[in-house]
Amino acid sequence: MAAISDTHSHGHGDDHAHDHKPGFVARWLFSTNHKDIGTLYLIFAAVGGTLGGLLSEIMRAQLQFPNNHIVTEGQEWNTIITSHGLLMIFFSVMPALIGGFGNWFIPLMIGAPDMAFPRLNNISFWLLPPAFVLICIGLLMGESGSGWTLYPPLSNAIYEPGMGMDCTLFALHLAGASSLLGALNFIVTIFNMRAPGMTLHKMPLFVWSELVTAFLLLLAVPVLAGAITMLICDRNFGTSFFDPAGGGDPVLFQHLFWFFGHPEVYIMILPGFGIVSHVVSTFSRKPIFGYLGMVYAMIAIGVVGFVVWAHHMFISGIDVDTRAYFMAATLVIAVPTGIKIFSWIATMWGGSIELNTPMLWAIGMIFLFTVGGVTGVVLANAGLDEVLHNTYYVVAHFHYVLSLGAVFSIFCGFYYWIGKMSGHQYPEFWGKVHFWLTFVGVNLTFFPQHFLGLSGMPRRYPDYPAAFAGWNYVSSLGAYMGGAALLVFFYVCYRTFTSKAHVADNYWGEGATTLEWTQTSPPAYHTYLEMPRIT
Amino acid sequence: MRMVKWLLAVLAGFVFYLSAAPAVWAQGVVGGPKPWEMGMQQAYGPIKNRIVALHDLVLFIITVITLLVAVLLAWVMYRYNAKRNPVPAQTSHNAILEVAWTVLPVLILVVIAIPSFRLIYYQDRTPNPDMTIKVTGHQWYWEYSYPDQGNLDVESRYVHDEDLKPGQPRLLTVDNQLVIPVNKKIRILTTSSDVIHSFFIPAFGVQRYAIPGRTIETWMEADQIGTFYGECNQICGQDHSRMPIAVRAVSDADFKAWVAETKKSASAAVLPRIASK
Repeated sequence: MAAISDTHSHGHGDDHAHDHKPGFVARWLFSTNHKDIGTLYLIFAAVGGTLGGLLSEIMRAQLQFPNNHIVTEGQEWNTIITSHGLLMIFFSVMPALIGGFGNWFIPLMIGAPDMAFPRLNNISFWLLPPAFVLICIGLLMGESGSGWTLYPPLSNAIYEPGMGMDCTLFALHLAGASSLLGALNFIVTIFNMRAPGMTLHKMPLFVWSELVTAFLLLLAVPVLAGAITMLICDRNFGTSFFDPAGGGDPVLFQHLFWFFGHPEVYIMILPGFGIVSHVVSTFSRKPIFGYLGMVYAMIAIGVVGFVVWAHHMFISGIDVDTRAYFMAATLVIAVPTGIKIFSWIATMWGGSIELNTPMLWAIGMIFLFTVGGVTGVVLANAGLDEVLHNTYYVVAHFHYVLSLGAVFSIFCGFYYWIGKMSGHQYPEFWGKVHFWLTFVGVNLTFFPQHFLGLSGMPRRYPDYPAAFAGWNYVSSLGAYMGGAALLVFFYVCYRTFTSKAHVADNYWGEGATTLEWTQTSPPAYHTYLEMPRIT
Repeated sequence: MRMVKWLLAVLAGFVFYLSAAPAVWAQGVVGGPKPWEMGMQQAYGPIKNRIVALHDLVLFIITVITLLVAVLLAWVMYRYNAKRNPVPAQTSHNAILEVAWTVLPVLILVVIAIPSFRLIYYQDRTPNPDMTIKVTGHQWYWEYSYPDQGNLDVESRYVHDEDLKPGQPRLLTVDNQLVIPVNKKIRILTTSSDVIHSFFIPAFGVQRYAIPGRTIETWMEADQIGTFYGECNQICGQDHSRMPIAVRAVSDADFKAWVAETKKSASAAVLPRIASK
């Protein structure tokens, strides 16, 4: 924050006469500036991610040995896993990738002075802190032990009678409304506010990724909202949408939840794809390979992502023909994903690669996302899912694509753009220490979980038979290493924000070709007072 | 490297399976998780045999793909490093290459999909089951009903740590096992009386949710006499990790004897229960 307000004294653009910044309250609480709102989102994501990470350290400490008693009650445990999932998804990955980097760089990359609806942007952010408080209430009261999937009957009033469960559901309503408002703001901005000459087919891939993500949010989140509204009614107003005793159906909730839930996983990873594309291109000093293929691969992932949801329900008793369809559709997703992976490698091929910290995160993301992707192909096989569903194999799979895919791309974006956002460069050495510690830590944590899953260890267990002890121990050691890496990241932040050195407009050199690099670092409070033209 | 080890472990498990198969003694085999296991649990039934076979195929394919990506990444980092290649090429299209990496994955997926479709239709239901067992999930125990054996009803709860006898695995041992005849196709009907549970026995390759208000059909078959462990695999509240499944597969004669004996003791126990209602 402090770094950003330096603009006055150190910037060197022409527009500083107009660079009037409001006072603290008006600037940060009533903010309408996309950069400030982006900063708020990033800080919020760091808070959410740290709390979610703390919960995962507690979980790994509990699971380090069988018959461990750090978490004493099963209900307490269930609340922790629920909160961990919701925090990481709605309060860390999404705010960072969509609200944070999206707000910061969509206008900068398309040459727009701000988002289309600045006040809507403000409320999108300010819906999140109350949602966060509600989630924390659910966690502290120990009353939201349904898992993040919220399946009734476990989440209904008989089995989770406490108010904490309602708080968690309302938190999702708020977070959902926040995402929806943000998504339509993004869509309108991207469609209407591009600089003259920037056709859709010239738009930077990060903007494309946010556009596809915004459409996924727009179509998926209302379905979640409907599902949890029905759940809230079942809990509090005597309806029985999901209660078989009243003619309802628990499996209906699963359909609705995953109709949202599956696009949601692409919502979390697509912006990461966008960031990685820019980083790979910048540090290879080559234009992105197969730009159109990359764009249409993302659109294909978005479209197909909507018609694969029941692969989360292979053992919910759905018909075998239905399973056959969802299996085939799910396997198809491997094709556009493969196009992305190979295009990134082809971008590097023939390039002049500098292995700076952002590039390390990008390459790490590409490799680990591949590992998570191929285990997804395994799980797509409904026949194999019979013994892998709900086991640690699934936990390993989605942490490889999210904890290692999405989170690596968040760090990738942080190191790539922090100089642009703050005007100060991160310390390269400590950035690399952060990368390697995280890389080794997360692999040590999640790779053994494949073995546990193949061996049949169910997820969401606070305690397990002795046979699973070995790999759980290794996994816990890895988690502590990952936790240590987070401390290094805080040190990197400290060093960056207290650094006295200032960076140039385009500190990555000729490889960085998008519009944000034509602006000062940090950019003026109001950018593009004069419309840029793209030829 | 780890992927190779993983693959080797699966192969080793397979060899172990072949060598151990003839050694069946009175107690029978024990199917369950093993310490430091890196692959799937050993198969003790025809469904799981097919699952393991398909998994071996898919694991081989994904290992090759992952290694390919790893090698390509290592190669570009080495060969196209700024020091070794100071002037970058500016190619950004290659139609043949792009078509190739779209079409080839499709072909690989077809190779996976064909046996995979066969497997799901095989494991879905069995047309001529030898008998039926209804499995009901409760918070937090299982109830097994045998409609073909005169509605025999068994409740199965986990054995607390302090009551374990030596050699009984913790969190897997139950008081009343699910007894089934070996080499018989058993139709399983799952349901629940409260929340969703999941009936999961890795050694047989069978898993279905137990959902209140629904009855879901699947089947399983044990190909050896022995004890086989599974666990509840869908979050069901406080004691989710304390409702294991233990199956004892016995010979046909032993099964009939068990039915007769259980009926006798059940009728003795049920009468007062009915009277009390």
